[in-house]
Amino acid sequence: MTTPLVLKELSKKEDLLTGGHRLCAGCGASIIVRQVLMAAEQPVIASNATGCLEVATTIYPYTAWKIPWIHSAFENAAATISGVESMYRALKKRGRIQRDIKFIAFGGDGGTYDIGLQSLSGAMERGHNILYVCYDNGAYMNTGIQRSSATPLGADTTTSPVGNVQPGKTQVRKDLTKIMIAHNVPYVAQASPSHWKDLMTKVKKALSIDGPSFLNIISPCNRGWRTATNNTIELCRLAVDTCYWPLYEAEDGIIKLNYTPKEKKPITEWLKPQGRFKHLFKPDNEALLKKVQEDVDKNWEAVLRLAKGQ
Amino acid sequence: MAKAVAVTGNQAVAEALRQIDPDVCAAYPITPSTEIMQRFAAFVADGDVNTILVTVESEHSAMSACIGAAAAGGRVVTATSSQGLALMWEMLYIASGMRFPILMALVNRALSAPINIHGDHSDGMGARDAGWIQLYSENAQEAYDNTIQALRIAEHMDIRLPIMTCMDGFIISHSIERMEYLKDEEVKDFIGEYKALNPLLDIDNPKTIGALVLPDYFMEHKKAQADAMGKVKAVVLDVAERFGKLSGRSYGLFEDYRLGDADITLVIMGSAAGTAKDVIDDLRNRGIKAGLLKPRLFRPFPYEEIADALKGVKAICVMDRADSSGGYGPLFMEISSALIHIKERPVMINKVYGLGGRDFLPEHAETVLNELAEIANTGKAKTFKEYITVRE
Repeated sequence: MTTPLVLKELSKKEDLLTGGHRLCAGCGASIIVRQVLMAAEQPVIASNATGCLEVATTIYPYTAWKIPWIHSAFENAAATISGVESMYRALKKRGRIQRDIKFIAFGGDGGTYDIGLQSLSGAMERGHNILYVCYDNGAYMNTGIQRSSATPLGADTTTSPVGNVQPGKTQVRKDLTKIMIAHNVPYVAQASPSHWKDLMTKVKKALSIDGPSFLNIISPCNRGWRTATNNTIELCRLAVDTCYWPLYEAEDGIIKLNYTPKEKKPITEWLKPQGRFKHLFKPDNEALLKKVQEDVDKNWEAVLRLAKGQ
Repeated sequence: MAKAVAVTGNQAVAEALRQIDPDVCAAYPITPSTEIMQRFAAFVADGDVNTILVTVESEHSAMSACIGAAAAGGRVVTATSSQGLALMWEMLYIASGMRFPILMALVNRALSAPINIHGDHSDGMGARDAGWIQLYSENAQEAYDNTIQALRIAEHMDIRLPIMTCMDGFIISHSIERMEYLKDEEVKDFIGEYKALNPLLDIDNPKTIGALVLPDYFMEHKKAQADAMGKVKAVVLDVAERFGKLSGRSYGLFEDYRLGDADITLVIMGSAAGTAKDVIDDLRNRGIKAGLLKPRLFRPFPYEEIADALKGVKAICVMDRADSSGGYGPLFMEISSALIHIKERPVMINKVYGLGGRDFLPEHAETVLNELAEIANTGKAKTFKEYITVRE
């Protein structure tokens, strides 16, 4: 039975990640996991890369997960779930299991863009029936806010600190979503918990497809972003409306823009509430701030071109 | 009637894996173990096995996928060598810490640098603290027999630990030997059905596997793991006895060769033991009381049993096909630990040989045994640790 994506109906569904976990107030990761699991119609088995989500939800002898869940290491959530899914196929082939089960891997940007990229790439290429969900908070938050290849240009992190001669991170971020599209897998999308219906529709689509799929989801971290704990969803919405985080999907290679802001807001509206970008508003960093905007514009234009099939 | 064949070690292990017909195999090619997976891939392609073969992009992912598959609840195998095992290092500890009875065929090869593809025990010795059971083989027959026995050991409900069955790269893996295969149904009956423990695929009873364990519970987990390791010896012997009835070939924790009244003894593991046995025979024919001990179970190490077997020997040379740089060879360290509690200890020396596939010839064994004979007479050793067969 399919639950329609209306709040009244969804509110009746059991939360598969329970409260009482130890993620920070306002953490994007738990909101994302709950939306993802709520969108799934079939039983789900999850793997989890090492990171905040893993350590904060499974402090022995407690667990916040009401689904079968495995964490083995940092860089291998994709390889681990590919093993689980392979055993599922093996036992199905031998007639020892009949149920329809879905497989999801969760990882942060460190475990996905950086150390887990090879494992993710391999699992996608092998065609496992899995969904990989990256919650991208743009740094190694679990170890104390170190820069990753997902960290935005100019961000102040503990390993790309703002110093006398360096204005935060000096490199632009890697575009993992496009890297995943280049794997020619059936379904790749970017989503945001602020646009929950879009996010959950994408999860449903990903889980209904035979083969690997990938979702990149923006995930505010108030510790790393230096923001308040009560504006997580607002920050997500701003990321979408400034076109920093375009909502789009690639289905069988056909790229579709899922949301176009009525008015494209300047990137400063997303940067300003975040302490990690505070220095960008100093007169000395005017050029860098301009570059941040140019970079956002360039990426947005590129997505628009792709969506037009260009 | 057992089927006699002439095959390479890799071929024999691949055949064992075909007969085992595991649920999942995740592997990555590396010399000299590649042939095992090539042959196994052909079995998969021909429908000779029902296994799902996961051709991963690295050994790290191979072991990660093995862990995921084992957690899901089924029989899992892999094979690797050298750098491949080194790349798996992180995941080896996780496989054992999670108590998954994964079977790995390890075709022993030197570790870089310098890069070298030939056989020595550096890879296996490097993994000796990883919580895996390790069985070493002298020839293709033993590699085949150990592979089949390994599952019953690892999957035993008192154990549930991963196991590696080791054979020397090229010397065993690529040499053709006469050996005997069991029948398919004999293997099937011997290994039995896999019993899953807390499988992830039991959707109705969700389990969290791989939780964060802080100082309040960590040592209890490690103690439970150590206790399981402590039960391995008995299970190895029990499985060996059953296997002996089936195959007519007997196995123990180690092999003692003409050791009963020996004054001088070589302790040597793997293929070189075969070479050394011939030399022991020669010396015995000349009236010299020489013997040999060949460890089979290296992890857990059977300290008490080996101490008992070596009691009364005057001089021992432990031959290591690996080195612990800055220390004695790994096997020497274990043998000395084994003998520390006996009253009249033999004089012990350590020779490092055969690294990177360097030949170990009968004359080398003879030289070492002659040195031991002198030590037995004088009670004194000139050098305790030495690399042999090396250019000056």
